[in-house]
Amino acid sequence: MADQAPLICRDIHKTFNKLEVLKGISLETRKGDVVSLIGSSGSGKSTFLRCINLLETPTSGDIIVHGDPIRFKENRKGERVPADNRQVELIRAKLSMVFQGFNLWSHMTVLENIIEAPVHVLKVPKKEAIERAEAYLQKVGIYERKDYYPAQMSGGQQQRAAIARALAMEPEVMLFDEPTSALDPELVGEVLKVMQSLAEEGRTMIVVTHEMAFARDVSTQVLFLHQGVIEEQGTPDKVFDNPESERMKQFLAPKF
Amino acid sequence: MLDLKGYGPSLLDGAVITIELAFLSLALSLALGLIGASSKLSGNRLAKGIATGYTTVVRGIPDLVMMLLFYYGGQVAVNNLSDYLWEAYEIDFFFQFDPFISGVVTIGLIFGAYMTETFRGAFLAVETGQVEAAKAYGFTRWHTFRRIIFPQMLRHALPGIGNNWQVLLKTTALVSIIGLTDMVRVAEEAAKAERMPFHFFIPVAAVYLALTAGSELFIKWLDKRANVGVVHGG
Repeated sequence: MADQAPLICRDIHKTFNKLEVLKGISLETRKGDVVSLIGSSGSGKSTFLRCINLLETPTSGDIIVHGDPIRFKENRKGERVPADNRQVELIRAKLSMVFQGFNLWSHMTVLENIIEAPVHVLKVPKKEAIERAEAYLQKVGIYERKDYYPAQMSGGQQQRAAIARALAMEPEVMLFDEPTSALDPELVGEVLKVMQSLAEEGRTMIVVTHEMAFARDVSTQVLFLHQGVIEEQGTPDKVFDNPESERMKQFLAPKF
Repeated sequence: MLDLKGYGPSLLDGAVITIELAFLSLALSLALGLIGASSKLSGNRLAKGIATGYTTVVRGIPDLVMMLLFYYGGQVAVNNLSDYLWEAYEIDFFFQFDPFISGVVTIGLIFGAYMTETFRGAFLAVETGQVEAAKAYGFTRWHTFRRIIFPQMLRHALPGIGNNWQVLLKTTALVSIIGLTDMVRVAEEAAKAERMPFHFFIPVAAVYLALTAGSELFIKWLDKRANVGVVHGG
């Protein structure tokens, strides 16, 4: 099953206190896809990403990770919850996430951050995990900072460390939640460059982003979300150069 | 050399009792504090209610009154229960309240309430992103608690724990009133008998001071270790 879809989402809905934030989002990925989720704030793109790894539980809809559908049940209050926490943990380990605020564990060095989940969740022997971590740190260009604590590094370095942490899980799919939005403008490039190199290696990535150049040049699929629905979907060429929806045209129009 | 008129050995025994009492009460209060804070922060309304009742009642009553209530009142309650069980069911049940155990339990209960508040604040100070990252990487709840929440919570809790510990240590002096022969009780008897209050109370004060000063250094060291990775100022 070499070409099984790494991730399929079908008709995802999410309601917070009667407010419907996602109104049926579907997404199918092939191995090596880079999917950019774009849209204005409040369009639901981050919520959708967080539904994929169950940081938010979708109110309805299916999530299938490498052929394995996540099982849900109803709790006593009638809310939908994952049926099997162990399954959720296993699936999360296959979908590593890079956050807007980095969220490196502040009491651990960079190296400790990177080996924590491989050693304790994937049960990789510590020596092997360290070798792997060091190789990924080389790759993202901060090997010499491996014994630093997160607070001792710049935002760009922290985000690259967080990407190394995600890579060390050797995930099926990498989820990026606005990875450059918290960075100073001059640090954005170093993070995007790392992400571009990952895309070129054929890693499956889903990226919530405001970086239109990245979405246009690097992705294989672009989803434009507006008020919880997909307004426009397709290849970057189609979405950026021949958008059908009015919203997308407005979104792309020069602002000043 | 300081002449303690033959009271030296019993003062020393008293000091040992004070220290044992303090450490056992500390252990109990830390355990109660963790349980109390977890209950207050849990979604369970019953657990929340019990913990809130506990901290409100215990923090609202003077330590001295608590101790008298627990030691004398506790014994009366046991006696009554014992009588009742014997008359009603012929069950032979009785135990004598031991002043040492009473002291540990009372002080542990009092400071457990303060520790509950210290830990509660410290748990709340852990950033949600830190926990979210652990979740997103497939950590179990226990692993998240042990490796991420607990060590980060300690950073915020240590100053409060240190403070509570110093007050706890000095509160142990109250056990002399329920008949436990701690350092203070021995000094009081000696001072009365010899009519030399300074001679006996100053060494006692010095022992307390040495203990609190030593603890302060130890807490500072712990604090430094717990705060590794934190950049101050900027």
